[in-house]
Amino acid sequence: MGEKYSLKNFFLEITAVLLGLLFLIPFYFVIANSLKTFSELLLNPAALPKMIQFENYVRAWEILKFPTVFINSLIITVLSNVGIVVLSSMAAYRMVRFPTKFNNLFFGLLVASMVIPFQSIMIPLVKVGKTVGLLNNIPGLIAAYLGFGAALSIFLYHGFMKSIPKEIEEAAIVDGCTSYQVFWKIIFPLMKPMTVTVLVLNSLWIWNDFLLPSLFLSDPELRTIPLAASSFFAQYTKQWDLALASLVLGVTPIVIFFLAMQKHIIKGITSGSVKG
Amino acid sequence: MELKQKFALETDGKKVTSKSVSTFIQQLVFVGPAALFFTIIVLIPFGMGMYYSFTEWNGVSNQIKWVGLDNFIQIFNDEGFKDSFWFTVRFTVTSVILTNVLGFVLSLILTRALKLTNVLRTVFFLPNVIAGLLLGFIWQFIFIKGFEAIGNLTGIELFNLPWLGTAQTGFWAIVIVSVWQGAGYLMIIYIAALNNVPKELMEAAEIDGASYWQVLKNIVAPMIMPAVTVCLFLSISWSFKMFDLNFALTKGGPFNSTKSVALDIYVEAFQNNRYGLGTAKALIFFLIVAAVTSLQVWVTKRKEIEA
Repeated sequence: MGEKYSLKNFFLEITAVLLGLLFLIPFYFVIANSLKTFSELLLNPAALPKMIQFENYVRAWEILKFPTVFINSLIITVLSNVGIVVLSSMAAYRMVRFPTKFNNLFFGLLVASMVIPFQSIMIPLVKVGKTVGLLNNIPGLIAAYLGFGAALSIFLYHGFMKSIPKEIEEAAIVDGCTSYQVFWKIIFPLMKPMTVTVLVLNSLWIWNDFLLPSLFLSDPELRTIPLAASSFFAQYTKQWDLALASLVLGVTPIVIFFLAMQKHIIKGITSGSVKG
Repeated sequence: MELKQKFALETDGKKVTSKSVSTFIQQLVFVGPAALFFTIIVLIPFGMGMYYSFTEWNGVSNQIKWVGLDNFIQIFNDEGFKDSFWFTVRFTVTSVILTNVLGFVLSLILTRALKLTNVLRTVFFLPNVIAGLLLGFIWQFIFIKGFEAIGNLTGIELFNLPWLGTAQTGFWAIVIVSVWQGAGYLMIIYIAALNNVPKELMEAAEIDGASYWQVLKNIVAPMIMPAVTVCLFLSISWSFKMFDLNFALTKGGPFNSTKSVALDIYVEAFQNNRYGLGTAKALIFFLIVAAVTSLQVWVTKRKEIEA
C-alpha cells in the first residue's frame, strides 16, 4: 500500500476499534447475562456475572431439544446445498454451451424471479406444497430450497462458465468422453471456486431461514434452529435467563461456521456483487 | 450442428437421428431438474398468486369465490395497509441511507493501513451472519433490559425511553438493528470497490492540492458507482422485504404502528385467513418492489456510464 502508519492512521484505528466494541456490545450483554441467575440479571443487566454458572444453558439445551434441532438444520442445509450445487452447475453449463431459445428464456425467468419477494409466492406455495406432499417433511423443505436456490446459483455459475475455454471439452470429446463425463470429470472440478461461493452463500441463507420452514413444518421434532428459538421465545417470554442461553446456543453454530469460512464468504460476496 | 439436427427433425418427422435424441436427453438431464423445481416452487405459485388475488378464499375450504377487483378496491381503501406501506417506505429510506453511509465510512477506514483490519472486518460483518429472527430477539433484550441498565449507569435520557413501547421507539429500534445487520455486508462490497481505485490517481489529486472531500467526491465516487448500484439495490431490497426483524422485535406493535408490508401480508393470510386478500396485497407488493428496484438500477447505471 505504501502508506506509512502515521498518527492519523493511529487515531483512525482507535476510532475503528471503539466502533467495533460498540458493535459487539449486544453480544456482551447476551453472553454475560446468560451466565447469571435470573435475580442477578434483573438486579443489574450491565454488570459482569459475579459467579459464572451454566444452569441456564443446561435447561435451555433440554427445552430446545438442541441436538435434534441442530441436526435438522444441518441435514436441511447440507442436502439442499448438495442439490443446488449439482442442479445449478449442470443447468448453467448447458445453458452457456447451448444458448437455445428455451435456455435463454429460462435464464431470463430465473434472473427476473430474483426480484419477487417471498411474500408474493408463499401463500400459493403452501397450497402447492400440500398438493404435492411437500409439507411437514424434510425432503419437501429441501425441494423448496432447490426451487428458490436455482436463480442465484445458476446466475453465478453462468457468469463463471464464460471463463472456461471450450477447447478443453472439445479435446475430451475427441478422446471419446460422453457429455456427462466431460461435465463431471473436467468442467465441474474447474468450477470449484464458484462452487465454494455458491455453497457458502446458500448455507448462510438456508441455515438462518425462518419464514419458509415455519410455513412448511409443523411437527416440533422437525424444527430448525430459528423455529425452535422462536417457539422458545413465545413460551418463555420474560424468562430472560433461559431465553438468552437459548439465543447463544442458537447463534453459536453459524458463528463458528462464519469464523472458519470467513475468507470464502467475503470472497463470495465480492465476486458475486462487484463485476470485475 | 444443433440447428441442422433441429431442421432435420422438422422437415422430415420420421428422421429422428440418434444424435438429436441424445441431445434432447442431455438437455433434459442437465437443465431439466433445475427447471422442474423452479417451475413448481416459484413459477407456478407466482402464477397462482395472480389468480388467487381475484378471489375470496380462506385457504382451507374448496370454495374459492371469484370476486374480480374487489380485493384491490378493498386494499385501496384499507387504512391499515396504507399505514403499513407508509411505515415500510419510511423505514426503507431511513435504513438504506444509514446502512450505506455507515458501510461506506467503515470501508474508508478499513482500506487504510491499519493493524487490526482483518479482526475489525470480522467484527463488523458478524451481525450479518446471524439469523434475522435471532438478531431481533437479542436486541429485544437490549432494548428492554440493556438500555434500562445503561440509562441507570449513565443517566442519558435516550436510554430511559420506553423502547419498543411506542411507535417512535419501535421504528428507530428496527432501524438500529437493521443498520447493525447490514452495514458490514455493504462495507465488504465498498472495500472491494475502493481497492480497485488506483492509488496514483488519488495521490496525484492530493499533490495537486485537492482536499479529502474533493478527492472523495470527484475521483472516488464516480469510480465506485457500480458498487453503489449493487449496495443500493441490496439494501432497498432487504428493507422493503424486511420481515424477520419486524416479527421478532415488535410483531407490528404497539397497535400495528410498526407493521411492515411483509408482516401485513403474513398476518392477512395466516392469521386473518383471508388468502385472496393476502395474495392481492402480495401482488401489489411485488409490482412495487419490481418497479422501485428497476428504477433504482436504471438511475444508478446511468451514473455509472457517465462516470
